[in-house]
Amino acid sequence: MTLFIEQCLNGLQFGLLLFLLAAGLTLVFGIMDLVNLAHGSFYMLGAYFAATFAAWTGSFVLGAVLALGATLFVGMAVEVIAMRRLYGRDHLDHVLGTFGLILFFDEAVRLIWGPGGLSLPLPAWLNASIEILPGIHYSAYRLALIVVTLAVAAFLYAMVMRTRIGMLIRAGASNREMVAALGINIKLLYTLVFGLGGALAGLAGLMQAPILTVQIGMGENILILAFVITVIGGIGSVRGSFVAALLVGFIDTLGRAFFPQVLREVLGASAASTAAPALSSMLIYIMMAVILVAKPQGLFPANTK
Amino acid sequence: MSGVFTPRNIVTVALLAGLTLLPLYVSLTDDRFLLTLFTRIVILAIAAVSLNLILGYGGMMSFGHAAYLGIGGYTVAILAFEGVQSGFVQWPAALAASAVFALVIGALSLRTRGVYFIMITLAFAQMAYYLASGMARYGSDDGLGLDNRSQFGGLIDLSNKTAFYYVCLFLLFGSIFLVWRLTISRFGMVLRGTRSNETRMLAIGFPVYRYKLAAFVIAGTLCGLSGALIANHTEFVSPAMMFWTRSGDLMVMVVLGGMGSLFGPLFGAVALLFLEQFLPAAIHAVVQPFNPAGAVKAGEYWQIVLGPLLLLVVLFARGGIDGLLRMLSSRERHG
Amino acid sequence: MRKALLAAGAAVLLATGPAMAQNKSVKIGFVSTFSGPVASIGNDMRNAFELALDHMGRKMGGLPVEVVYEDDTLKPEVGKQKAEKLIESDKVDFVSGFIWSNVVYASYKPIIDAKTFLIIANAGETRLAGPNCSPYIFSTSWTNDQNPHAVADYMNKKGIKSVYLIGPNYAAGKENLGGFKAEFKGKVLGEDYTTWPSQLDFSAELAKAKAAKPDAVYMFYPGAAGVQFLNQYAQAGLKGSVPLYTTFSIDSLSLPRQKDAAVGVISALQWSADLPNDANKKFVADFKKKYGNEPSFYAAQSYDAANLIASAVAAVKGNLSDKAAVQKALEKADFKSVRGGFKFGPNHYPTQNYYMQTVVKEGDTYTQKTTATAEENQPNPHASKCSMK
Repeated sequence: MTLFIEQCLNGLQFGLLLFLLAAGLTLVFGIMDLVNLAHGSFYMLGAYFAATFAAWTGSFVLGAVLALGATLFVGMAVEVIAMRRLYGRDHLDHVLGTFGLILFFDEAVRLIWGPGGLSLPLPAWLNASIEILPGIHYSAYRLALIVVTLAVAAFLYAMVMRTRIGMLIRAGASNREMVAALGINIKLLYTLVFGLGGALAGLAGLMQAPILTVQIGMGENILILAFVITVIGGIGSVRGSFVAALLVGFIDTLGRAFFPQVLREVLGASAASTAAPALSSMLIYIMMAVILVAKPQGLFPANTK
Repeated sequence: MSGVFTPRNIVTVALLAGLTLLPLYVSLTDDRFLLTLFTRIVILAIAAVSLNLILGYGGMMSFGHAAYLGIGGYTVAILAFEGVQSGFVQWPAALAASAVFALVIGALSLRTRGVYFIMITLAFAQMAYYLASGMARYGSDDGLGLDNRSQFGGLIDLSNKTAFYYVCLFLLFGSIFLVWRLTISRFGMVLRGTRSNETRMLAIGFPVYRYKLAAFVIAGTLCGLSGALIANHTEFVSPAMMFWTRSGDLMVMVVLGGMGSLFGPLFGAVALLFLEQFLPAAIHAVVQPFNPAGAVKAGEYWQIVLGPLLLLVVLFARGGIDGLLRMLSSRERHG
Repeated sequence: MRKALLAAGAAVLLATGPAMAQNKSVKIGFVSTFSGPVASIGNDMRNAFELALDHMGRKMGGLPVEVVYEDDTLKPEVGKQKAEKLIESDKVDFVSGFIWSNVVYASYKPIIDAKTFLIIANAGETRLAGPNCSPYIFSTSWTNDQNPHAVADYMNKKGIKSVYLIGPNYAAGKENLGGFKAEFKGKVLGEDYTTWPSQLDFSAELAKAKAAKPDAVYMFYPGAAGVQFLNQYAQAGLKGSVPLYTTFSIDSLSLPRQKDAAVGVISALQWSADLPNDANKKFVADFKKKYGNEPSFYAAQSYDAANLIASAVAAVKGNLSDKAAVQKALEKADFKSVRGGFKFGPNHYPTQNYYMQTVVKEGDTYTQKTTATAEENQPNPHASKCSMK
């Protein structure tokens, strides 16, 4: 039972982290109609910036804040230099152009920081485990991650639903021409939204960095998961992404934890231990296919354009 | 100077002639690696040609095309592993397996549109990827080696590199011919019509879904053939053949060469694999005079050039290489 | 027409010049990973190989040496392509390097088919030491199950009763944990294999390990994954309460990033930087001077590989076309190894000592201290399955 609770917390933490990535993707998808494969690069950059700044300043928190600003800036710069030219193009162009950006960012990072990767050590007060319920110890850092990501999710919700910018974002997602016709500076709005998406991905990356170390290409595997989430949740729907992210987080973690036992009954011990990790990764994609076949627009279709 | 001798035609014919005569050059210079490299280019060109049929002509943005490479390849490798060495069994089985997979995922995926279609095809390819990683008997993540290439009795010996190259080249020409026949047929007209305006084709009364599905299955089968050839070429298959970045590579080939153009995918495959082989050396040569010590290492960073190059092609040269050649050809005609 | 072609061919031949000259130089291909997250391992191997060449004046048996480095990008099929290129295009006399079992297993065939010698400097694929062994394959490292064998032996002696195993789901991972299980006398409470190399979050596996309450945990994660594993081991609250044993997961490349998380972790290797023989002292000192970091075991094995090749080239006086003589010379292993003595078993894998090492913190630096000799002259366990053809 303790094991189950702990695995659920792991699933929750992973799901919330995925949500940060998927939220940026879905905003950019929904508003600019842009498929951005290079989103994973911001995740990587966030981690690299945080490791660098934390080493400079000697403070984990300060490093994280500076890194967030830096990814926001890079995101906005990428929008102005490259992405802006891709709006209104074919989705295929987006996929290819941003595929090129992935190659560029990976190599640029290797050039600047070297091939070996960095590490982002945790301060002692986070690098511990605490007793959350009698008998159940859980990593303080992962608990902190859950709190921070929930706060960000609440902030995003408030921003999209309650503020003027949020109103424009929602309006832009459902009818771009109309927003532009109303005299809103749509260019600036796009730059801001893209930068925000980048910063969210950067936040995910820097928060994951102490758990996973910082390395080139770290965004490529998780990016596909983020895409799966966006699609399951319904493109453009932040709420849909939230639900789908938790779903994927739980399935992935619980699948890895308990699927081998199930499989052992069917396949025998040795085959199960090899097949289980692969097959539990498959579960997510099977779920996605099932959902899309049943609901081709995802779980929470955003307002149609 | 219009008509036959346009730059586009000259380059196309020169490339085809070059490919045909390559083994002769190789036998003269004894640079056997060139033959190995070009066999790979020719095989991947078949995959690109097949992707072009649905992507270029049909407007279906499949982001999971590498799955068929894996399915074709694994069918051959698994049969060989289980003791079936005959190519007469292996190859048809590879084609059939790919066709069935394409039929199933096509039937499901074609219900969706746009980005959803991109993502669901990607999801199916990832499933195939993880399935292969989970097959403990067949090497899981490590992949599976072949002891021998497919046996065709006394008909042809594939372990002869030149013979194998010509088989691949023949199949490439065959694939291009097939796609050409398809595109000028009624089937191709409907497919292209669907690409530009699906609603209109529906209104006219064409069963668009069935036409698209048929094209999807043909493309998958053709790509499965390419997979069977890869397995024979490298004598090795692994789940990595199906990873999503590999599907990306295939898309890059098609777009680099020119979407919806008959020889475009061939141009693209040649260009991309050439860049992959020779860009490091080119960077090395450029950096050498400035920084002799760092030059070897600089060559390793070739993707920093390739990445932006891709973006530029997408932004400014939508027709790819074939588009550029076409532009040159028409400028000459007007000027 | 045929005449014209022949003439053209002759012209090309003349233009490219005679390529058939007899061994004016020694050409070596070196395949390793120079890109991606584990590029640091490949670079360390290359650095050591270059250092060895410097030490021998960049000449072997009087002939100048040319090395072609190729990047396998950690993919088996790329490794195979590169091996083919080295054989067919560069026409090398030796191929060395190889970090990964799956890469070397995909790549070895074209090399030995061309009767070229393959000197594996790391990858411990067991099949190449057993049923697929060849007169043309030599190793300056081990097979994947040897080092865990030594660790298990040591744990048996210490009286450890139960263990939980975690490792990556690829050939080396399975062989490594398999080697451990074969020797360990206590109870294996559970074993988990994770997707390699993409899975980096081990929270689910560590939670299971913790719930199983073992006396010790044994794991195998080379490269960057080792850093992640140790961090998460500490964060899961296991560090300090359950002792951790490993092989190949801590080295001089990863230690600067593992830091406190690695302190106290115990592993076994056939070499360590503090071994007191002269060849090793010179190697470690010069390596530090030239590259600024302490050499890893990958570097030590590559250094030995270069010296092994040099000893054979010198013994046959540069006549590399006499394959049988080169093979004999390689088998003698007449060179000063950084691990002390060096001798090959019948399957061309070394018979060697294993040393236990513990990570300690000295001032601000972290190093691995040799604490005990776990096994002396451990022969390669696959020799009996090898019949040289």
